[in-house]
Amino acid sequence: MKILVCISKTPDTTAKIAFTDNNTKFAEAGVQWIINPYDEWYSLVRAIELKEKDPSTIINLVTVGGADAEPIIRKALALGGDEAIRINAEPLESYQVASLIAEIARNGNYDLVLTGKETIDYNGGAVGGLLAEVLDLPYIANATNLQVNGSTATVKREIEGGEETIECPFPLVLSCQKGMAEARIPNMRGIMAARTKPLKVVDPSPVQTLTKFSEFQLPPAKQGVKLVSPDNVDELVRLLHEEARAI
Amino acid sequence: MSVLIFVDHIDGHIKKASHEALSYGAKIAEQTGTTAEAVILGTVNDDLEKLGEHGVKKVYQVQNEQLQQFDSQVYTKVIAQVAQQSGAKVIIFSNNSSGKALAPRVAVRLKAGLAAGVNALPDTSNGFTVRKTVFSGKAFAQVAIDTEIKVLSLNVNAFTIITGEGKAEVIPFDAIVESPKLKTIDSTKTSGKVSLTEADVVVSAGRGLKGPENWGMVEELADTLGAALACSRPVADAHWRPHNEHVGQTGIAIAPNLYVAVGISGAIQHLAGVNRSKVIVVINKDPEAPFFKAADYGVVGDAFEIVPKLTSAIKKLKGQS
Ligand SMILES: Cc1cc2nc3c(=O)[nH]c(=O)nc-3n(C[C@H](O)[C@H](O)[C@H](O)COP(=O)(O)OP(=O)(O)OC[C@H]3O[C@@H](n4cnc5c(N)ncnc54)[C@H](O)[C@@H]3O)c2cc1C
Repeated sequence: MKILVCISKTPDTTAKIAFTDNNTKFAEAGVQWIINPYDEWYSLVRAIELKEKDPSTIINLVTVGGADAEPIIRKALALGGDEAIRINAEPLESYQVASLIAEIARNGNYDLVLTGKETIDYNGGAVGGLLAEVLDLPYIANATNLQVNGSTATVKREIEGGEETIECPFPLVLSCQKGMAEARIPNMRGIMAARTKPLKVVDPSPVQTLTKFSEFQLPPAKQGVKLVSPDNVDELVRLLHEEARAI
Repeated sequence: MSVLIFVDHIDGHIKKASHEALSYGAKIAEQTGTTAEAVILGTVNDDLEKLGEHGVKKVYQVQNEQLQQFDSQVYTKVIAQVAQQSGAKVIIFSNNSSGKALAPRVAVRLKAGLAAGVNALPDTSNGFTVRKTVFSGKAFAQVAIDTEIKVLSLNVNAFTIITGEGKAEVIPFDAIVESPKLKTIDSTKTSGKVSLTEADVVVSAGRGLKGPENWGMVEELADTLGAALACSRPVADAHWRPHNEHVGQTGIAIAPNLYVAVGISGAIQHLAGVNRSKVIVVINKDPEAPFFKAADYGVVGDAFEIVPKLTSAIKKLKGQS
């Protein structure tokens, strides 16, 4: 089985969110970068688990990004995976990213393409679905479990107020979320091995962008908390009922 | 020309999120001088004519055996056929489990730009820009869509349902439907009675509860409020609570009307997924807990004393009203 794992670089979860250039750009100065947690904890680790069960499995990682994305992709390789491909383009929006990855996916004849549920920066959650349609493949979003039985995948997905178990033949595209696997920490051997794993850089073919972030805003600050004494919980209920009209 | 809204349903009923999407789509139609139309795949027990009350004029209904199986690949092709018939220029999905699978696919199929997770009406005065959440609710972005057709997925609980007068015309639509590759072999309901993403009220608890055996009082509070249950990440990681209750930047993002956080410190990653809640109540014994900075109402004290008192005070209120 051949698996393609999509890896995105995102700001650390504790990064200060601020904008520059007249609020048109995320302020990157001083920001620590991480592998998008959904890509790392769920898609990548699940792929690694499948390879541990069946060592003939091939895992390739792909990212769209400049040279500054290389530490991230090396970190992903330290967790596992055979080789990585970096498409040398600045990621601008989901359709552009999906179109670029689709080319790699098409040429590589993958049985399974995995993405995270979303990236924690732009929260599009769209790359998996866009890819699936460009490739005309089945797609299951928000997958929480994946089992492989020969030529069929058995996948669980979360729906509002429940969960479904679905069978689907390969090839297919999945977006992964919590439940899929347990996060891992790379070990020394993995980190050493990652240094020599192939990291191919390919030039992007010209693709279109269809949308653009024109401006960013921070949400208005909260008014400040109203504290209620623990001996007067009735007052909290009154406030919630009469003032906030929330109950 | 139309604004076309995808109507999602479960167990024979149209989802609350779809009523929001219908109201939102109808407003966009009004704003752009076009008509709002809806598309539904399959059958429901609800009266489709009544969707007119949200402002939609027509409901295209596609009925076909094959559509009993949700398969985004098959559904996309059907929605695209309806979109063409309807002359759709804007297509709206809910940013929920179905919409997340469908909106990107339909966008590709119709060569449309997609804005996922929008939470306000678009600005159509000069081009087309619409606001969406980014950085897991820590910021907003205006997204400009350059294509002739636009696809939007609306965050759940981001737009108030509008109900007026009106009857929609229900039009059976004969679409070409492929056979699905996906096959649902099992479906289970999660323990909660209210779906977390759609819930108006969410009661959430963290590590401050000490152990899973102490969730009884939280469940009782949630039941009293008709609320869904949520938890912080370490609580789900320790398997005190199921994964599907984990909210935050790396869990589920929610925006209920009321969020009650019990014994949760309010780490930045937790706040990211819940700070779009309209009213936040924090119960924590540590007055320095960061959550108080993000809260509207707070009680500094022991959850084990306060939660049962809160439950009985709410019961008293509900008994009176
Ligand atoms: C990459 C990354 C992603 C993350 N994503 C998420 C995420 O999506 N969601 C998430 O929740 N976290 C996430 N976290 C974890 C986050 O940083 C915090 O560790 C976590 O939210 C803390 O959970 P908690 O508030 O339940 O526990 P703690 O931080 O241990 O807080 C417990 C609180 O309970 C209070 N308390 C204790 N006893 C009582 C009592 N008797 N009565 C009242 N109050 C009491 C304490 O004062 C304390 O404030 C993430 C972390 C990282 C690094």
